[in-house]
Amino acid sequence: MEQTISSNNSVLKVNGLKKYFPVRRGFFQRIGGWIKAVDGVAFEIEQAKTLGLVGESGCGKSTVARLILKLLEADAGQIAYRGRDISKSSEKDIKPLRKEMQIVFQDPYGSLNPRMTAGQSIEEGLRISGVPGKKRKERIDRLLNMVGMSYGSADRYPHEFSGGQRQRIGIARALSVEPSLIICDEPISALDVSIQAQIINLLKDLQDELGLSYLFISHDLNVVGYLSDQVAVMYLGHIMEYSRTAELFENPLHPYTLALLSSVPVPEPGQKLRMQSLKGDVPSALDPPPGCKFQGRCTLVEEQCRNQEIDFYDAGEGHMVRCWKVVKK
Amino acid sequence: MTKVEKIEINDYQTTNHEFLAPRRTRLKEFWHLFKQNRLAIAGLVIFVLFFITALAGLFLTSGHDPVFDPALVRLQEKLRSPFSQPKIDTLMPHEIPTVGVYVMGTDDLGRDVFARMLQGAWVSLTVGFVAVGISVFVGIFMGGIAGYFGQNHIRLDHILMVCLLFAAGIFIAMGEFFSGSAFLIVFLASVLLLFRSMNKMEMRGMSKWYGILKKDTISIDTLIMRIVDIMLCFPSFFLILTVVALLPASIYNIMIIIGLTSWMGTTRFVRAEFLSLREQDFVTAARALGVGNFRIIFRHMMPNAIAPVLVSATIGIATAILTEAGLSFLGFGVPPPHATWGNILSDGKRFIFDAPWLTFIPGIAILIVVLCFNLFGEGLRDTLNPKLKERH
Ligand SMILES: Nc1ncnc2c1ncn2[C@@H]1O[C@H](COP(=O)(O)OP(=O)(O)OP(=O)(O)O)[C@@H](O)[C@H]1O
Ligand SMILES: [Mg+2]
Repeated sequence: MEQTISSNNSVLKVNGLKKYFPVRRGFFQRIGGWIKAVDGVAFEIEQAKTLGLVGESGCGKSTVARLILKLLEADAGQIAYRGRDISKSSEKDIKPLRKEMQIVFQDPYGSLNPRMTAGQSIEEGLRISGVPGKKRKERIDRLLNMVGMSYGSADRYPHEFSGGQRQRIGIARALSVEPSLIICDEPISALDVSIQAQIINLLKDLQDELGLSYLFISHDLNVVGYLSDQVAVMYLGHIMEYSRTAELFENPLHPYTLALLSSVPVPEPGQKLRMQSLKGDVPSALDPPPGCKFQGRCTLVEEQCRNQEIDFYDAGEGHMVRCWKVVKK
Repeated sequence: MTKVEKIEINDYQTTNHEFLAPRRTRLKEFWHLFKQNRLAIAGLVIFVLFFITALAGLFLTSGHDPVFDPALVRLQEKLRSPFSQPKIDTLMPHEIPTVGVYVMGTDDLGRDVFARMLQGAWVSLTVGFVAVGISVFVGIFMGGIAGYFGQNHIRLDHILMVCLLFAAGIFIAMGEFFSGSAFLIVFLASVLLLFRSMNKMEMRGMSKWYGILKKDTISIDTLIMRIVDIMLCFPSFFLILTVVALLPASIYNIMIIIGLTSWMGTTRFVRAEFLSLREQDFVTAARALGVGNFRIIFRHMMPNAIAPVLVSATIGIATAILTEAGLSFLGFGVPPPHATWGNILSDGKRFIFDAPWLTFIPGIAILIVVLCFNLFGEGLRDTLNPKLKERH
């Protein structure tokens, strides 16, 4: 039943991932259309590496995270964890794998149970990993120490912590089951700038120490550029551009990536920008038009972009891009 | 072009250890807010007094030779007013009230009203707590299922099976002749169960029939909430009256009936809480860790949903006490000679001009207890309201 997708060093490989949400209308709740939240997403995360997933709000980043964690059932596509396709596995089959992939959330206030102490939240993970009761206290202290929380935090409730401290506890909870992949769903966007830096550095240190792989979701290209080995730029459920970080920053090909880069603060004030920043809002993912999804906001849009579906195109050395302009060049 | 290397992230400082804010537990914070509400404190105090009284009442009025005998009839001493001295010469030694006077007077049979009130306090307390306990239990159960598993659909075979088992239950209850057919129905139900368990085996020839049986009907949420709506349609007091008229009168039946007709509010509360809780990140995190459904419901979600339930339960106790008193007053409640506040009141109404204490004493007792539960409940609600915390 389970298909193996061979790859030597990959922790997670996602292929053709799709999730459409039905939109129900009217008294009888008939399905009136589909929100194509995730529409054929493919990427690969290697051992101890970070993949940055960037995109504007509503483009489906969190949905990808939930699909990978099997909190949502994918409509199509494969999710291969260390070569084993888990996209069709049942909840029972997936249970032992749950420990391998963990998530850190955006909202530090909603991500911890207000009725559980920090220690109890972390203990849930230790219980799952089968750590015997006597050893748990010591492990909790060690985990809290690892994320930079002081001794005595374990007995406190979430409302006694600041946003940054809660985020650290959330990370400790994720680490409690010794995962190899952590999905960070905008872990710093709700935090103060100075605290953001601390959390990023903590994540980086943990990666060096424990050999973790990250799927780092953000809408901030700057942060993603700093943390990631590879970057995937997402727009309306599609990945528009996907390449090594340095390559993407030096040689961005997709007009959307260019637009995003131009909204990143530039260190040198005099520098000329190749494209104006993005105009307008993200269009609705509800029944998008045929052709390129970015057509509505692209300044370089042509006839072909409006009619013809566009596939991933390899512009050399695994720099994948989804744009007719690049294909034609 | 922007270069990653140029972005100065390296001078971000890493602090080693976060320091912590001074300690203030939830309980302390709760108490701090709660004690500012004078009325709620008064409610709490009266509640504690009532609890002690009722407990004392149980021990002092029951047993073979009780300290206060609520059933002792002294016909020569009827309708004595409160604090009147007993006529010692006309009474047997064991008939003299323990405290020397009739603290609350006597009724038309010369029974000590104080002893009867003590006995009734225990009835009120147990009716209140047991009835609310039942309603909260049912409410949490139904609301929890509707909120957590609500999106799942009920299939045709589920409905059939439940109907069959229900019919079997009724037939068994109806007596000997029907038990035979009950067995047949149970047999049918188990065949159906067998079909269900063959789900995974994919029976070839049967698959068409089985397909019909597997058809989705309505979602669990819809079913439960419609049952709630239907239950709410009945004026509950008359529903209780109807059921009480059919069942043998006993204190336990009263408790169960009051409980089973008042779970709807709790169900709605719990469902609403669960619907919002199950979308919260900490529940998602628990699922991602691999925590089981059962544990997620009871360890992660329930403690967050229990506060409004507690509030409505406290007020529900008052309602239950009032309902029991009303039933007893109408003569449908706890059967005499057992005293309850409701039937003391009811007996007293014939002598309202000659012996007003027979109506006023139980009436005021009911008023105070119901009021104290309401005040306490409202104080709880105000204190647990998160918006209030910001104000202080
Ligand atoms: N359970 C759901 N039912 C219906 N639609 C959904 C559901 N979850 C997400 N969507 C829709 O899918 C799209 C993508 O949502 P998603 O949360 O993945 O975006 P996002 O990229 O994480 O945005 P943000 O940056 O704001 O977190 C949105 O249009 C959203 O409305
Ligand atoms: Mg999101």
